Amino acid sequence: MIKVKINGQEQSWDGDPDLPLLWFLRDEAGLTGTKYGCGQALCGACTVIVDKQAVRACITSINDVAGREVTTIEGLHPNGDHPVQKAWRQVNVPQCGFCQAGQIMQAAALLMDNPKPSHDQIREAMSGNICRCGCYQRIENAVHLASTGV
Amino acid sequence: MNFIDNPRKLRGFEKHIRVEKVSRRSILKGLGVTGGFVLAAPVMSRQALAYETGAGQMPHGVVVDPRVFVSVAPDGIVTIIGHRSEMGTGVRTSLPLIVAEEMEADWSRVKVQQAHGDEVRFGNQDTDGSRSTRHYLMPMRQIGASARTMLEQAAAKRWGVPATEVKAVNHEVVHSASGRKLGFGELAADAAKESVPSIEGLKLKNPKDFRYLGKGQVGIVDLHDITTGKARYGADVRLPGMKYAVIARPPVTGGKLVSFDPEAALKIPGVEKVMQVRGWPWPSKFQPLGGVAVIARNTGAAIKGRDALKLVWDDGPNGKYDSVAYRKELEEASRKPGLVLRKEGDADAALKGADKVIVGEYYVPHLAHVAMEPPVAVANVKGDTAEIWAPVQSPGGTREDVAKTLEIPEGNVTVNVTLLGGGFGRKSKCDFALEAALLSKELGAPVKVQWTREDDLHNGFVHTVSVERIEAGLDKSGKVIAWRHRSVAPSIASTFAAGTVHQAPFEIGMGLVDMPFEIANISCENPEAAAHTRIGWFRSVSNIPRAFAVQSMVGEIAQATGRDQKDMLLELIGSPRIVKPNVKDLWNYGEPQESYPIDTARLRKVVELVAEKGEWGRKVPKGHGLGIAVHRSFVSYIATVVEVAIDDKGKLTVPRVDTAIDCGTYVNPERIASQIEGAAIMGLSLAKYGEITFKDGKVQQKNFDDFQVVRMDDSPVVTNVYIVPPASDTPPSGVGEPGVPPFAPALINAIFAATGKRIRSLPIGKQLEA
Ligand code: FES
Ligand code: FES
Repeated sequence: MIKVKINGQEQSWDGDPDLPLLWFLRDEAGLTGTKYGCGQALCGACTVIVDKQAVRACITSINDVAGREVTTIEGLHPNGDHPVQKAWRQVNVPQCGFCQAGQIMQAAALLMDNPKPSHDQIREAMSGNICRCGCYQRIENAVHLASTGV
Repeated sequence: MNFIDNPRKLRGFEKHIRVEKVSRRSILKGLGVTGGFVLAAPVMSRQALAYETGAGQMPHGVVVDPRVFVSVAPDGIVTIIGHRSEMGTGVRTSLPLIVAEEMEADWSRVKVQQAHGDEVRFGNQDTDGSRSTRHYLMPMRQIGASARTMLEQAAAKRWGVPATEVKAVNHEVVHSASGRKLGFGELAADAAKESVPSIEGLKLKNPKDFRYLGKGQVGIVDLHDITTGKARYGADVRLPGMKYAVIARPPVTGGKLVSFDPEAALKIPGVEKVMQVRGWPWPSKFQPLGGVAVIARNTGAAIKGRDALKLVWDDGPNGKYDSVAYRKELEEASRKPGLVLRKEGDADAALKGADKVIVGEYYVPHLAHVAMEPPVAVANVKGDTAEIWAPVQSPGGTREDVAKTLEIPEGNVTVNVTLLGGGFGRKSKCDFALEAALLSKELGAPVKVQWTREDDLHNGFVHTVSVERIEAGLDKSGKVIAWRHRSVAPSIASTFAAGTVHQAPFEIGMGLVDMPFEIANISCENPEAAAHTRIGWFRSVSNIPRAFAVQSMVGEIAQATGRDQKDMLLELIGSPRIVKPNVKDLWNYGEPQESYPIDTARLRKVVELVAEKGEWGRKVPKGHGLGIAVHRSFVSYIATVVEVAIDDKGKLTVPRVDTAIDCGTYVNPERIASQIEGAAIMGLSLAKYGEITFKDGKVQQKNFDDFQVVRMDDSPVVTNVYIVPPASDTPPSGVGEPGVPPFAPALINAIFAATGKRIRSLPIGKQLEA
């Protein structure tokens, strides 16, 4: 039996220990905010935070996070008012929105690590997250805004 | 293994990988619930409009009826139906906003409800062709004005005053003479009893009184949900007892399953069943390809199960399709005469007599949409009824196709439209929903079919591949006197009809025969090309290769004559006039020529505007260059200036993009800007990396490592968007697609300015490194 804390709640799993965390979250735990975009750590749509680090849930097995704390977009802030979320709304970042949970989690992890990232640091840190709609300019502006106070 | 030890799971590593290897269940309350109402699907009449659009010609036309689109609850909440699909353009906000504007509803008290697929009730729902605002600005205004009139009439009756003395203002109706007021909620029940006013008699608001339209201050309705993970896409639908399916499909279009061994797959924990899926012979429009489905308790198990399947395929007639050989075929065809589609003067003779002939053969390969959300659908089929949840651009078409595929009446099919995680034309084809319907029927349970990214690349409907050959003849003075353009590309029509070798009117009308230059001798030709895979619409469609070829040729002519690109472009566009190409039944994006002519004054205007705002001719650092291009598509006019920077190793970056768009009367400038910003990135993606290749009939790319798209670190640093303020009666035109076509040629022209290298074959790939 694998136990993991997701958004503060204890969850357990006694199925395949190799099951990617992404599918555990989405299909077994019903937390569909974390998205599938590639399954190969190439797009960042599945980004969650595990113990303060941004992690690609698609190539992380449920066993890998046993005993750890996983935060998904649903658990980032109780009212959705994390500075990154607020900045995202203020800048009107999303188009289709599908990549945005991953982008927001990546940005939140970046700011934990580096509260005042430069232009180049933002572009570098966010470059594992694809936005096919092409919201990059606004994502960059929103990360900057979140880092300077919303 | 601890995940922390595995760098693949940590942020930033993905980059290295890349670098190294690179219902109708909705109950309408209030206004809507008056019983006995028969749907008449009134198509708006011509007299009612200041302009005519092609909306009435679309399947099921337009419905202008407030009882269908608007309801007011006793608590004052106004619910407005959004009947088009939201894939990132903002349409789910923009169209209801138009209704709210005319209705005098307060947007903070408006709820948007997504329509299910029902075109008899709602009118056409095909969300493609950059048509939503263009076709629905006026109908939505009329719907809003009708609802407002009904509320005003109800208030006037209640007070016993003439309707002319009352006025709806911000969610209430006011009688200013007596100072009385009634909220919309208080009037809802009475208003529902009022008869719907005739369209002809409606009084529309004066645009100067607009609170929302044209202002761009309203965020999209899904903004909060998107940022909190609550927004529901196709993939997020969950039903009790739902199974998860992943399908192994024939790797070659037209291929068939010979045999399969499910044993190993059935041993994977979580896998419950392996079953065959019915396929249709190619070409069969959007019908499923068939294959083998693995059914499991979650998607992860289904994927693992599929990996374990042993499959034997017969590749069929396209088993030899090879991109390299096919390109040669297209190039050879482009060097011989083809079906003449437009002829003015005598291009052959003029080219013979020209002082100088410039020849450009431009190649654009197959492309894949790779919407961030791969195709996915949920179906629940019970007996002869089916309910579908899917991110489809064609809710009405999906309903028709599900009914046909299951051989049940269309009225028994409900298509619930979720948010779309990107569409770009891929989700205009409902094959994935049909697969889910077939599987659910056989399983007797609700099922979700999830396409993996690999499936999306291997079994999609790719953008065509084309060679565009242009020959321009110049006289002694450098004036262009002849233009011959041959376009060779397999047609989207090949996905519908076997034996198709010529492009369809809607394809040749995208930048080939509607070419706007003022040249005396013109020949536009279409040599034959047969398809060997499924070809489909991709955002802006044939305009991509056409704008690339035509606007690159402008750059080449400027280069050959020592002229400035922008001056050359304006000279070729010529005098302000309405272009009437000598083409039989010219396709004009489905729009009447009277409302949407090819107007070179507007074309010139966007060039001049972008040149001014984008500081055309500014001094740029060494290794930088500026390029310009303009293109009319989806009856909008767009010009782009791109600045490139190329370092001594040939690395290309884009410091700045400027784009000017004339899309006529518009609703939400903020969303127009976001579409244009995104189009620049999609344009850069396709120009820099975009290429799907085939070998032995199979797509060779698998995922985002070998089908790359632009990421933040190589996206344009700044994209500026300028919107031409419309003259008061300019009809609205497309926004979602037109931004894409001019980007690649502007980029290529900029690369020439920076390096002296002329790129005629996309993608750029390593061409600058050589
Ligand atoms: S789905 Fe995990 S990185 Fe793409
Ligand atoms: S908003 Fe659509 S993929 Fe990013």
